[in-house]
Amino acid sequence: MKKEENGNGRDEMVIDGSEEREGNAVPEGLNVNYLKLYYGKLFPHADIHKWMSYGNDGKHPGCDQSYFGRREFSFTLDNDIYLRFQSFNSASELENSIKEKCPFKIDIGPVYSVDPSKRHAYAQTGDNVFTPVERELIFDIDMTDYDDVRYCCAGADVCLDCWPLMTIAIKVIDTALRDDFGFNHILWVYSGRRGVHCWVCDGKARRLTNEQRAAIADYFHVYKGNENSQKKVSLTGAALHPFLARSYTEVLRNFFETKLLSSQNLFSTEERYEKILDMIPDESLTSELRGKWQDNKRSTSSKKDIDSIRWEQLKTMLQSGKQKVQGLRRCVEEIVFSFTYPRLDMEVSKHMNHLLKAPFCVHPKTGRICVPIDPNECEEFNPTTVPTLATLLEELNMGGVRQEVNDELDRTSLGESIRFFRSSFLQPLLKSCKEEIESSYNTKLQRSKNSLTW
Amino acid sequence: METVRTQRKPLSKEVVVPTLPLYRSPPSLEVRLEDFELFAIDRLRVLKGISDGLSRGKKHEEMEQLEKDLWNKNMRHPQASEIANKDIISHFVLRLVYCRTEELRKWFLSMETALFRYRFRQESAEAQRALMAEFDLPYKAVGSAEFESLRDKLGQVSRSIGQPLPTADAIFYKVPFEEVPELVAGRRVFLHKGHAYIASNQVVSLVGTQFRSHLSKALILTNRKWTSTVREQEKDRLTPIVEALCTSYLGPDYSQPKGFAEISVKDINELARSSFPLCMRHLFEKLKEDHHLKHGGRMQLGLFLKGVGLKLDDALMFWKAEFSQKVSAERFDKEYAYGIRHNYGREGKRTDYTPYSCQKIILSTPGVGDHHGCPYRHFSDENLRAALSKMGVNSRAVEDVMDKVRNRHYQLACTLTFEAVHASSCDSGINHPNQYFSDSQKLLQPKSTQF
Repeated sequence: MKKEENGNGRDEMVIDGSEEREGNAVPEGLNVNYLKLYYGKLFPHADIHKWMSYGNDGKHPGCDQSYFGRREFSFTLDNDIYLRFQSFNSASELENSIKEKCPFKIDIGPVYSVDPSKRHAYAQTGDNVFTPVERELIFDIDMTDYDDVRYCCAGADVCLDCWPLMTIAIKVIDTALRDDFGFNHILWVYSGRRGVHCWVCDGKARRLTNEQRAAIADYFHVYKGNENSQKKVSLTGAALHPFLARSYTEVLRNFFETKLLSSQNLFSTEERYEKILDMIPDESLTSELRGKWQDNKRSTSSKKDIDSIRWEQLKTMLQSGKQKVQGLRRCVEEIVFSFTYPRLDMEVSKHMNHLLKAPFCVHPKTGRICVPIDPNECEEFNPTTVPTLATLLEELNMGGVRQEVNDELDRTSLGESIRFFRSSFLQPLLKSCKEEIESSYNTKLQRSKNSLTW
Repeated sequence: METVRTQRKPLSKEVVVPTLPLYRSPPSLEVRLEDFELFAIDRLRVLKGISDGLSRGKKHEEMEQLEKDLWNKNMRHPQASEIANKDIISHFVLRLVYCRTEELRKWFLSMETALFRYRFRQESAEAQRALMAEFDLPYKAVGSAEFESLRDKLGQVSRSIGQPLPTADAIFYKVPFEEVPELVAGRRVFLHKGHAYIASNQVVSLVGTQFRSHLSKALILTNRKWTSTVREQEKDRLTPIVEALCTSYLGPDYSQPKGFAEISVKDINELARSSFPLCMRHLFEKLKEDHHLKHGGRMQLGLFLKGVGLKLDDALMFWKAEFSQKVSAERFDKEYAYGIRHNYGREGKRTDYTPYSCQKIILSTPGVGDHHGCPYRHFSDENLRAALSKMGVNSRAVEDVMDKVRNRHYQLACTLTFEAVHASSCDSGINHPNQYFSDSQKLLQPKSTQF
């Protein structure tokens, strides 16, 4: 019931701070003419079609030729006109429509039981024929949800000091999707401004029911932040679930202590450390720590390591032998989880009919391309150096002399992203789709043979 | 039920006959028309009782007792031999009654599954295994080598959910995680490469899911049969009974404002102060303060206001007046007006959406920046105390409310708040924010305006 709204109705913050660059022939921002060029020369239409066909565009008799045509695309046009339920029967139909309409944003929805553009024809039957039947399992992680734990930026801005929060999210979720849930075909994409999207594309992920999707989202749901409760994470029980324990020891603790503690100066001011002390439900302990830190104002320790010194003091205090009080046991973990654990937009993952922006779109506000992120190298990913529409066109212009048609991608910095998309995601995915189509076809054949001879 | 078991003498010691049927095929016996109706009403009492218990947030043990009492009270039969038949007949009659709309199917599915799970847990271990076999589940117990290699992890999970450590002879089943969504959601199982390792006392989740999905499919088929042939064939006999049965027991859904005339925008402030439950009051105040609410809040408050009697045009005016202090009128029309019209069934699917019930609100998961949800569940202690005293609840009553909250009786907490604010008792309890509103209005409005 919320689908219409959530496609683009999420509260977009106003962005400022478009970067000024010197000697740049192409101005920043989104210009319809540049976008046309991008869709004309660089956007990987064919790859998107290949991907969304999941092997059904082949010649094998087991292929479902209607599959791609039942997928919903939706376009946001220049003047904020929003076209939902677009569908295409072939790669060229998709490509032509994109080139013609030149959408500022392309969203991808579910595969429906029938062609979504003809949904009205089926609506009369009243028997709810028009319903989503397949959809990637998706996750949407947005930096604005972390505003209470980052002091470097707020709202739509990100910088290299807070981006590690996204790195953590990728590491924690990616590992669990693979090791716990057994998924293999996972695509991580930069959302173009301040977050990441995740597409889980295995056959069994696409066929999950809403209830199963909700179960996975809840499995990941640890951070229960809402505006009216101080304690955002509460870890009870005598042990942590293996998933949480692994996330803590392999990712969260390390990032908290080596990166965020100092990059966000989590203990540097009274206001900041009070926020952490609030999470400790023991008055005597917190007042002791507070005393130490207030007196410490003019102490010798340099400003630089004040965060780690105070963190160590807090840990020693909480974990020292005499403090084995119930409820304090997990306090250190709870603090780390509060400041690092991934915060998912739950609703996006729970329902099949949520739309998500397609990879390789241009973010309308930043001009950055929504490029894939390699989860194995996600620590190296730098959102501030992602190619923008402007830089790409500049690169195209620069090589304008030596005209080789197929070479256009390679001339730009997008080439690397597309190569990664193909080799690490698309090819392995299509290989397994093919195998799946063949094996399910063979079982069907076998079954019908059996029933014949019988 | 005991008698049934003794009547059918087990052939050998190994064969255990569970008293719990899976309702795979309709009974092929003759039923007297009056039994048809009476049995169904008795079962409906059980299901309705379960539904009430759940919406009151009863705890697991309380539900267990409730289900036991309901079953024993309603599903008796003077002839012991008829008990099993009554069980099966009543189930199939209610299938006919509750197959006819999505809403009815959903309710019936939830309640029958809850009942099935309760009854499954009452069965002996052997009977449980026999039922599992009847479902034809291909899952084998985890072998001892695999068990040993995973024992640490399984132990870790047990400790994390406060269960005793698995013993050396504990039985675990390895099943696809998709089969046990509720165990996955609660992190109550160890997951590895797509498999969930479930302990023998968790098998009920697995069979419960199976039961539910079988019944769900069966209801769709029954619906098809009903609309295509049965309704017409039985129009003088069963159809009237079936159609009368379902309406009598489901509570009002508050999709149409009842009892009170429309309200207008100028009254909202006053009504919010006097008759809104805390969840709506809070959203309302935040809206006035921030001139904005996120999606979840807009839905929860918007549908409530619709149920209270705010007409679409007034709703648009009301939201626009608030939002336009922060966003341009143009942006409001473009981004938010659609959602409001959608709630009133004028856009998209054109469904006239019903206001959220307490159960739905309690189960929601407000995130960063969200103000929706149930304050009794989602507020911290201090914030809740502050909010209650702001509503004018005296400190002694606040303690009573907090006590209910600690025991996770959120709706009882809300009921106590109602009673404190109105200085009047509320025997029916609060099950729906719109019920809170209408009960409040009944008390506040002078008798003469009521009919």
